[in-house]
Formats: sequence, structure tokens, C-alpha cells
Amino acid sequence: MAKLHISTTINGEPIEFLCDPPQTMLEVLRDQLGLTGSKEGCGSGDCGACSITVDGRLVCSCLMLAAEAEGHRLETIEGMARGDQLHPLQKKFVELAALQCGICTPGFLVASKALLDRNPNPTETEVRYWLAGNLCRCTGYDKIIRAVMEVAADMRETAR
Amino acid sequence: MNNIQYVAPQSIDEAVAAMAAANGTGRVLAGGTDLLIQMRAGVVSPGIIVDVKKIVEMTTIDETSGGYRIGAAVSGAVIGEHARLKKAWPGVVEAINLIGSKQIQGRASAGGNLCNASPAADSVPALVAAGAIVTVQGPKGRRDVPVEKIHAGPGRTTLQPGEIVVSFTLPARPAGSSDAYLRLIPRTEMDIAVVGCGVSLTIQNGTCTAARVGLGAVAPTVLLVEDAAKALAGSRLDDKALEAAAAACRAACKPINDKRGTIAYRTKIAGVLLKRAAGIAAERAGRK
Repeated sequence: MAKLHISTTINGEPIEFLCDPPQTMLEVLRDQLGLTGSKEGCGSGDCGACSITVDGRLVCSCLMLAAEAEGHRLETIEGMARGDQLHPLQKKFVELAALQCGICTPGFLVASKALLDRNPNPTETEVRYWLAGNLCRCTGYDKIIRAVMEVAADMRETAR
Repeated sequence: MNNIQYVAPQSIDEAVAAMAAANGTGRVLAGGTDLLIQMRAGVVSPGIIVDVKKIVEMTTIDETSGGYRIGAAVSGAVIGEHARLKKAWPGVVEAINLIGSKQIQGRASAGGNLCNASPAADSVPALVAAGAIVTVQGPKGRRDVPVEKIHAGPGRTTLQPGEIVVSFTLPARPAGSSDAYLRLIPRTEMDIAVVGCGVSLTIQNGTCTAARVGLGAVAPTVLLVEDAAKALAGSRLDDKALEAAAAACRAACKPINDKRGTIAYRTKIAGVLLKRAAGIAAERAGRK
């Protein structure tokens, strides 16, 4: 099977890779590009652990072919912190213990950032519905929701 | 999985040619939220995957003399952000936006939801109620088909080999028209409809002058319930008319018993949802 040559942008950097047609974006991120922050939970788009954004749009990377990345801008959890400087969402998740085992955390962070990027002032209901595609089996959702609400408030304060 | 090819043509003609060359082993990739799961499960093993998202006509929404043309591969998220479409066809948009999570909405399309041919597909009853026309292109050219003629049974469509669903056209309609879609699920979010009901209607001077009703998850295909529409049209949507339309919905049901609901429950709920969806559509249409 002929490999496909794909040129894309991941976390602001131009990236080229070779992939087989049926390979998912998640497989290439993790197994070829070493970007193992995105997790495989279910592999069927139910759990959100593999969440990334493509041209700013939140998607499950397990339900996207790697070949589809051609010409698009991808953002993964690895692009969230600036060097050692954690993103406010990452800091708040730590501060409020909005994680336990951590498997779901990258997906929650990517999804939460995608929400706050388009809606800096979400209601709790909006946060809960937005994050309904991210499953957590140990922390429980309350701490996660609270962390996102607090970050939204902090960021609005900073922006003033 | 070993000999799968991937192409992303720029035009529908090229996509149709790729499908024709594949001799029935081609699969269209729009959002991939059904296709990739089926491939992973081994349910389908395409010879060629034809990604249609580089085709402008399939990935854009146009206003057409009062109506709308929605590309079959436009994602739910993009449809939900189209303010004018949402105002004109709130029932269609809410139905499409009920499919899956935000992540799924980022990819899943109305074309995919139709072609997957689940009787419980959320967007389809709303599109049936809306009177959507599906533009299909295949080796023999283009044809326009009413959306309710596409489903043939669970997982089966009337599309001919090599045909691709290109777009949906929602017709222009008079002032005082609106629509609504309701589904029953046991949860508050992200589940498969036990029953889904779309209602589109026009109200002039308090009288319903036109109506269409689509019902999902109560038969092998999504149903256009003409008797329910007849019961609503010409009425003032009074209790008697609503009950007659609900009875028509119940009569149209040929559901199955499964873990989501029994035959008796689904049949009863079909009538309940009809009344509620008609009420919402009427409010949106500006009923005084």
C-alpha cells in the first residue's frame, strides 16, 4: 500500500509525515509523532480522551484519518502550555484537583479551551453540555466544571 | 485493511468517477463518525475512501431564492453557527445539532446521518418534515429526490451504486412558517432516539395552512406521516386536531421492542411528541 505524504501544521509547527490511508490521526500523533498526550479511551468517539482541534474546531482524533490533516492546522494538548508556563486551565485543574488518574485530562483541557476560546462567559449548563463528550471515570465532573468556570471568570477579569 | 486507497477530489465529477472505478467498494468520507467506527469494527472494508470535504458544493451553505442549499458534508457545528439558517429552519438545525457531542458535531454531517440510514437518525425526521430535497449524483448524472425516499430499511438506502448525496435543499416558505424537532431519550444528552418527531407548519391568521410530519425510530425507515399533516392542516391546532394528528402518528408506527423502548411505549410517545413538537413549531411560527 502506497504511503500518503501529508503536510500539516501541529501546534504552530509545519509537520510532514507519511501514513497509510486507514491510519487515524490519533495513531499518527501517538505512534509516529511522539505526541502521546492525546489518549485512546474508546476509539469510537464516545469518550473524548483523544480530543484535538482542527482549524479551531473540536474533534475526536480517533474518528479522523491522518490523511485528512493535509493543509489544516491542528492543536493538541502538547501545544497548550508555553514552555514551562502552564495554561490557566492546566493550572486550575491542578489547583482544584480536577483530575485523578489523568487519562481523560488532556481531552478535558483541549475541549475546555475550545469552549473558552469561543465563549469566554459560559453558564454552568453550557460548560456541562459542552463537556458532555468527555468522560471521566474517577474525578467526577464537579471539580472539572468548577475549574472551567473559575478560569473563565479569571480570564474575563484579566481581559478587563 | 491492506489495500485501502484514499483520495480527496476537488469536484463531484471526480468523486463520482472514483466511486465508479471502485466497483462498489468505494465509501464516501464526510465526517467519518460512522465510517471510521464501521471500519474499526470490521463491518466495512472499503477499497477506496473518497473524502468529499475538498468539494466546495458539498461543504458550503447557500441561500437560494428564499430557500437554503446545505452541502451534504457540512458539519453540524457549522450548521449550528449559521444564524440565518437557524432562524429560518430551527427544527432542522436543532435536530442536526442533537447528534452526538461537540466533538462529533465538529465532524458529523447531515449527509452522513442520512446515508447511515438508521431509523433513529435525528436529522432525518426534521428534514422529512421540512420537505427537503436531496440532490444525488452518480454515474448516470444528477437527480433530485425527496428525502423520505432515501431510506429503504435499517442501514439500507435507495441510492444506486456509485451515487453520492451532494446536498439538501430546503424550500422557500411563506411568512408564519416554522418547524421543531423533539426526541425522547432516557438521558439529557447524547443518546439514540427512542422516538423522534419533526413538525413543520405554516400558520396564517391563527389557522394552520400547511403541515408536514416526520417520525423516527418507530419503523424500519423514517416516516412521512401524511395523515397527521392532514389532521393539522386547516385546523387552528386545537386539542381535537392535535389528538387526531397524534392518533395518525400512533397508527403509522411499526416499531420494534428493544432495550430503548417497547412497541407500546414507542407508539404512545409518538403521539405525545407530535403534540409537543407541533406546539413548539406553532409558537415559533408566531401563533398569537
